[in-house]
Amino acid sequence: MTLLANKECPVSEKTGEMKPVPDRANKITVEDVSILFGEVRALNHVSFSVKSNEILSVIGPANSGKTSFLRAMNRMNDLDIACRMTGSIRLNGQDIQKEMDAEDVRRKVTMVFALPLPLPMSIFDNVAYGPRRHGIKNKRKLAEIVEKSLKAAFLWDEVKDRLSSSGMKLSGGQQQRLCIARTLAVEPEVILYDEPCSGLDPISTAKVEDAMFELKKRYTQILVTNNVKQAARVGDRTAFFLTGELVEIGETGKIFTSPRDQRTQDYITGRFG
Amino acid sequence: MSRSDNTVKKFFEKIIEKIILLNGFACILFVILIFFFLAKDGLALFKVSSPIQFFFGLLWNPLAEPPQYGIVPLLLGSIMVTLGAIAISVPLGLACAIFIGEIAPRWMREILKAGVELLAAIPSIVIGFIGMTMLAPFVKNLFGLPTGLTALTGSIALAFMAIPTIVSIMEDAITAVPRTYKEGSLALGATHWQTIYRVTIPAASSGIVASIMLGIGRVIGETMAVMMITGNASVIPHSFLQPVRTMTATIAAEMGETVIGSDHYFALFAVGLVLFAITFVINFFADMALHQQKK
Repeated sequence: MTLLANKECPVSEKTGEMKPVPDRANKITVEDVSILFGEVRALNHVSFSVKSNEILSVIGPANSGKTSFLRAMNRMNDLDIACRMTGSIRLNGQDIQKEMDAEDVRRKVTMVFALPLPLPMSIFDNVAYGPRRHGIKNKRKLAEIVEKSLKAAFLWDEVKDRLSSSGMKLSGGQQQRLCIARTLAVEPEVILYDEPCSGLDPISTAKVEDAMFELKKRYTQILVTNNVKQAARVGDRTAFFLTGELVEIGETGKIFTSPRDQRTQDYITGRFG
Repeated sequence: MSRSDNTVKKFFEKIIEKIILLNGFACILFVILIFFFLAKDGLALFKVSSPIQFFFGLLWNPLAEPPQYGIVPLLLGSIMVTLGAIAISVPLGLACAIFIGEIAPRWMREILKAGVELLAAIPSIVIGFIGMTMLAPFVKNLFGLPTGLTALTGSIALAFMAIPTIVSIMEDAITAVPRTYKEGSLALGATHWQTIYRVTIPAASSGIVASIMLGIGRVIGETMAVMMITGNASVIPHSFLQPVRTMTATIAAEMGETVIGSDHYFALFAVGLVLFAITFVINFFADMALHQQKK
């Protein structure tokens, strides 16, 4: 509920409440990453790191490279044959391109997409899909995982009586939380969100954001969003991308009150974008 | 001036609309007429021979005295050849469709699709010819049979005729599965094959069912090739390595020798009516499955 109240508050008030982020170990290190789609450069020599258990908001106008960057983190860009990447991304110190299998990377670094699209199967099967693929057959174990994941995504109470009905019959917000639950069921280390609330109403958005706050205890999360206010509400740190470059990254409070770069200032105050 | 222009325009508009309407109705009318004449001549058989003798008679022998018009051996022949062809063409076609739709790189996909379409363009008589001269001796030697013209030979040849239909519809169904389903599965760490097997194929299942149905429709109605390579013995078949005779081949082979208006003539129409009913039902279910897919 606090989140709903915050919606109307100006950014500065909100950031005043933010606790300073303690120094934590680096979960992901991005070193000099460039991404090309054919001849088009989507990301240009970007380097930074993501800390354990933080929520990193990534903002930027369209074509700023933020989605390409996100999809590079779990090698979803591999699916596009025109895509090439240079530089390295390390998860817990391991190079995800050279030292890990794509499936392994995607299990540890999972993704929630912009459009909440459950798989065409029941709610239970949607959540159990990942664990089943990774070899869990035991029915009781699966049921446990499903319940735990749905609870963590704040969906359990709404669906516990109809786990066998189709996941596609849920409302938009419920579907997105189902997608989050499905992601949690594979016990990832990092969760990527690609504009997860772009199709949702404010109340569903608040519920998804609630879930994200709760998930901070166990997961590192990266949120790509077009909604600057959401970035301010949710992110511990915020990164601003513009035309494939990382303009600025820092604590959300600082970015939104005293950005170092004029372009960041212009974007967050709505002068362009 | 412009006003009269408009009236002329409207007039032509009306005429063209009517012509198109007429054409649309004509198609339906033709189907109804064909069915009507088929039914009229086919049902005439039952004036001289009882439906029980026709539907349950175990012997087809128009030259016997009295003539025997039992459809069972022909029906079994058709069913056997069709089932055999489907058993061969469905696994092959499914694998082919998955490869084209999900695995092959783009340039290879184009070549393969063109190849499959070319396969559909081969006249059935050519397939019958190849079956007769190459496949039949092969089957004969492989199993040490007195003749290579068997139900199995027919099944193999017909499988090749059904494959283009099956592959192209299955491939459409598979590529129509939204990319987001596949990405959702892959993003959870599922492998490519797990995604195909657990998400893509179930999501495309109604299209896959429809393709099988249409493949059956294609095979059961096929005439020339089966007539050339199944041996044409109207006996109740006990194995795939025996000659059989299908309903289509019976009509094609005997129609030329009958007297118009004779019992034999009506019997052949009755066989045609049964064939029509079978293909109608199959197409109907295929259509239902395709509609399911669109939802």
